[in-house]
Amino acid sequence: MKKLLFVLTLLGLFFTAGCSTATEEVEEIEAQTLTVSDHAYYERFQGKGISINVYNWGEYISDGSEEGTLDINAEFTALTGIEVNYSTYATNEELYAKLKGGGASYDVIIPSDYMISRMIKEDMLLPLNFENLPNFSNIMENFKNPLYDPQNQYTAPYTWGTVGIIYDKTAIDEEDIDWDILWNEEYADRILMFDNPRDAFAIAEILLGYSLNTENPIELEQAAKKLGEQKRIVQAYVMDEIFDKMGAGEALLAPYYAGDALTLMDEYDHLGFVIPKSGTNLFVDAMCIPKSAQQKEAAEMYINFMMERDIAYATTDYIGYSTPNAAAFELLDEESQADTISYPADDFINEKTEVFKNLSDEANLQMQSLWTEMKSAQDENQNKWAIPVFMLICVLTSVGILIRRYLKKKKDIF
Amino acid sequence: MKQKLIAAPYLVWMAVFIVVPLLMVAYFAFTDGEGRFTLDYIAEVGKYTDIFVRSIWLAAIATVICLVIAYPLAYILTKMEKKRQSTMLMIVMLPMWMNFLLRTYAWMTLLGNNGIINTLLGYVGLGPYKMLNTEGAVVLGMVYNYLPYMILPLYSVMEKIDKSLIEAAADLGCNGARVLAKVIFPLSLPGVTSGITMVFVPAISTFIISRMLGGGGNLLIGDLIEMQFLGNSYNPNLGAGISLVLMVIILLIMTIMNQFDSDDEKVLI
Amino acid sequence: MKKLSKIYVSAVLLFLYLPIFVLIIFSFNATKSRSVFSEFTFDWYIRLFQNELIMTSFRNTLIVATIASVCATVLGTAAAIGINRMSKAGKAVVMNITNLPIINPEIVTGVSLMLVFVFFAARMHLEFGFITLLIAHITFNVPYVILNIMPKFRQMNPHLYEAAQDLGCSPVKAFFKVVLPEIMPGIMSGFLMSLTFSLDDFIISYFTSGPTSQTLPITIYSMTRRKVSPEINALSTIIFLIVVIVLIGKNILENRHAKRDKAM
Repeated sequence: MKKLLFVLTLLGLFFTAGCSTATEEVEEIEAQTLTVSDHAYYERFQGKGISINVYNWGEYISDGSEEGTLDINAEFTALTGIEVNYSTYATNEELYAKLKGGGASYDVIIPSDYMISRMIKEDMLLPLNFENLPNFSNIMENFKNPLYDPQNQYTAPYTWGTVGIIYDKTAIDEEDIDWDILWNEEYADRILMFDNPRDAFAIAEILLGYSLNTENPIELEQAAKKLGEQKRIVQAYVMDEIFDKMGAGEALLAPYYAGDALTLMDEYDHLGFVIPKSGTNLFVDAMCIPKSAQQKEAAEMYINFMMERDIAYATTDYIGYSTPNAAAFELLDEESQADTISYPADDFINEKTEVFKNLSDEANLQMQSLWTEMKSAQDENQNKWAIPVFMLICVLTSVGILIRRYLKKKKDIF
Repeated sequence: MKQKLIAAPYLVWMAVFIVVPLLMVAYFAFTDGEGRFTLDYIAEVGKYTDIFVRSIWLAAIATVICLVIAYPLAYILTKMEKKRQSTMLMIVMLPMWMNFLLRTYAWMTLLGNNGIINTLLGYVGLGPYKMLNTEGAVVLGMVYNYLPYMILPLYSVMEKIDKSLIEAAADLGCNGARVLAKVIFPLSLPGVTSGITMVFVPAISTFIISRMLGGGGNLLIGDLIEMQFLGNSYNPNLGAGISLVLMVIILLIMTIMNQFDSDDEKVLI
Repeated sequence: MKKLSKIYVSAVLLFLYLPIFVLIIFSFNATKSRSVFSEFTFDWYIRLFQNELIMTSFRNTLIVATIASVCATVLGTAAAIGINRMSKAGKAVVMNITNLPIINPEIVTGVSLMLVFVFFAARMHLEFGFITLLIAHITFNVPYVILNIMPKFRQMNPHLYEAAQDLGCSPVKAFFKVVLPEIMPGIMSGFLMSLTFSLDDFIISYFTSGPTSQTLPITIYSMTRRKVSPEINALSTIIFLIVVIVLIGKNILENRHAKRDKAM
């Protein structure tokens, strides 16, 4: 019993220590000043003990972990009294699985364009009440009524960007970089690759000259074959792990999103980023409320908060993704506004980028299973002994059992 | 009679949260999205034979390595004086108390191209060697994480072996090797079998080790199941089918293993 | 021979402890690098305690583990007493089913529970979160409690209970006076085992937790999939220290007990 008490007191000590630091931090934040448009609007739910569940991409919000940056969720709680349960996913497909599997209830999610159309089609989203979203007026006109949500009923854009290649400047010339460099044997085992089917297929499709939205089964198979050829020289299939691996110099090349590339380049001088000349994918991630939401109005308040000028600015400043928020864009310094990585020229966007659309169910299913097959395929000449050896072990074990039994019987006779 | 009733809450719990869930897995495996009976998903599992083979293969290698490392260690432990034994055992088990994700993550930092081992090798002019993101790294992760599961049952069986038996064998003219082969090994067999199952089962179904150390290109059964439920290719029916096949494989292995110690008492930690 | 075995043991221990030492050393590293040590700092420890995500999930872990292991112990103790009185066939059936969660791979247990919760969620307004996580933890803990208690019944003299009743104890009183003290060590070790498993469980929690019940292992998992901050190293160092202190404390207490027993 004493042992147990000992453990519990220890744990208890640790526990209370955690509590006290948490409250201190909240006070500290209240001392900071933040201008929001309409205090009365935000304070409606003050003191009602409401909490919302926000499900966002990893590394996709300013969380105050760098000095001098804003902890947006804490700010929101301090202002509105609404608790935020914040959790993260790594890919659109993971988000889809979590929602489709049922059970988990989220109030705010931030999927990408093609996943939004899929969710709208499968009736997984709630229409937003735009009267609760006055800050939607901050959004640039060309991001309203987008293709994935033509009547703009379900979404409010969060950020946008393009896909390009992060590279190690010390080893590779910018001139040499186009998508095919990811297939270059010279960089074998130094290449990272997207760990989600849609983004990975897109790269193969650009190389093969197909549309990024092809539903043609033969073209999809060709793309999968192309990815299969690359597998041998790919070091690892990853998502946000690239922050770590590229930063530490584990790999030389990684296709990823422009915003994260900028964050990385800020931190590490040896990294560069190129949007390949042959074209790329342009994506928009937008905030939505799924059908399972329990606190719709509070969720809308969160979405509105994210579209506040200062908050949207803090977001784009911290995560590096481009903002669709006109008011926040104004706040950016001229250098950032003119940055061709974040805000490529209109000509390039119009001619060389393509937005993902939702694919038909058949094409989605085919892409998924091609992806799994590609990832699970064996390298040739490896493990051909696996099955024979396993069978041999099984046979030997059974023989062993039989012999043992026989010996025992013999013993028992005497 | 009354005392039997006291188990009733558990029996209900057991039915609802152990039996029903497994029946659910079977139900999902044999029906399609609309609840119609189908064998399609079970048949589709065949597409992933590669993954099954690789998982069995890697888990088997890891199990054998664990056995080879753990057996001498357990034997040495039993030779120590009593008080040191319990301290040593504690030291061996201590790493298990650390979160296994953190420990596996630490291996990532050790094995990387610019990781600690390669950096150290670099000082003496060797390498860098590619260690991370290989099948070898996955096996290493399995051995590292599950080694204590092998040591513990081996130790607890060997410790119970009657010392006078060993002395008797030695008196009757057996040398060290013969004592080991004729006395200690047969008597430790129950520990070997339970150690094998305790390492093999988690190793064959892991989905974190392969993702962290294998680079995502070395999928195992666990990854495949996880992908169907919470990952990149949502398909719970197929996931249930794969789980069912996995359960059958493990059942088979358990039965084989149980044949060995049917007459001995089961070893539990 | 002696020397050889010493070298062998040290080699195995080195293998087991190498990653842990790496984690600890780099928790004091001033930069975020994971392979080059630059300067000594305590910063990550301070920032760890300011990291609300980690602190909240740590709290969740403690709450879930405590409640789950207490519930599992109560449920399991009652079950063991009942099962002990069952007919041989009944006992065999129940014990075989009880063994299932232990034999089954964790991922299968996790997935199967998730399917059931989804089924209930659709019909009974059950949300993935604290409740589902708790049920899952109790479910995988109970078998360990039962398996720890059952052998104690076997070791116990069955006539003691009858004797107590003959001497005038009511069945309930006889139970508390005679049976319970006998099986208490089993109950305690079952409880501690449950607590450990609950604190450390990742796989089953991964499938059964919801947005409001992120436990520490789940948070660690999502951290290892992103930019990894040395806060995670600081956290593991603290956990390691706690475990070491607890185990050393346990050892000292045991030794003292042993000495006292000897003295008597």
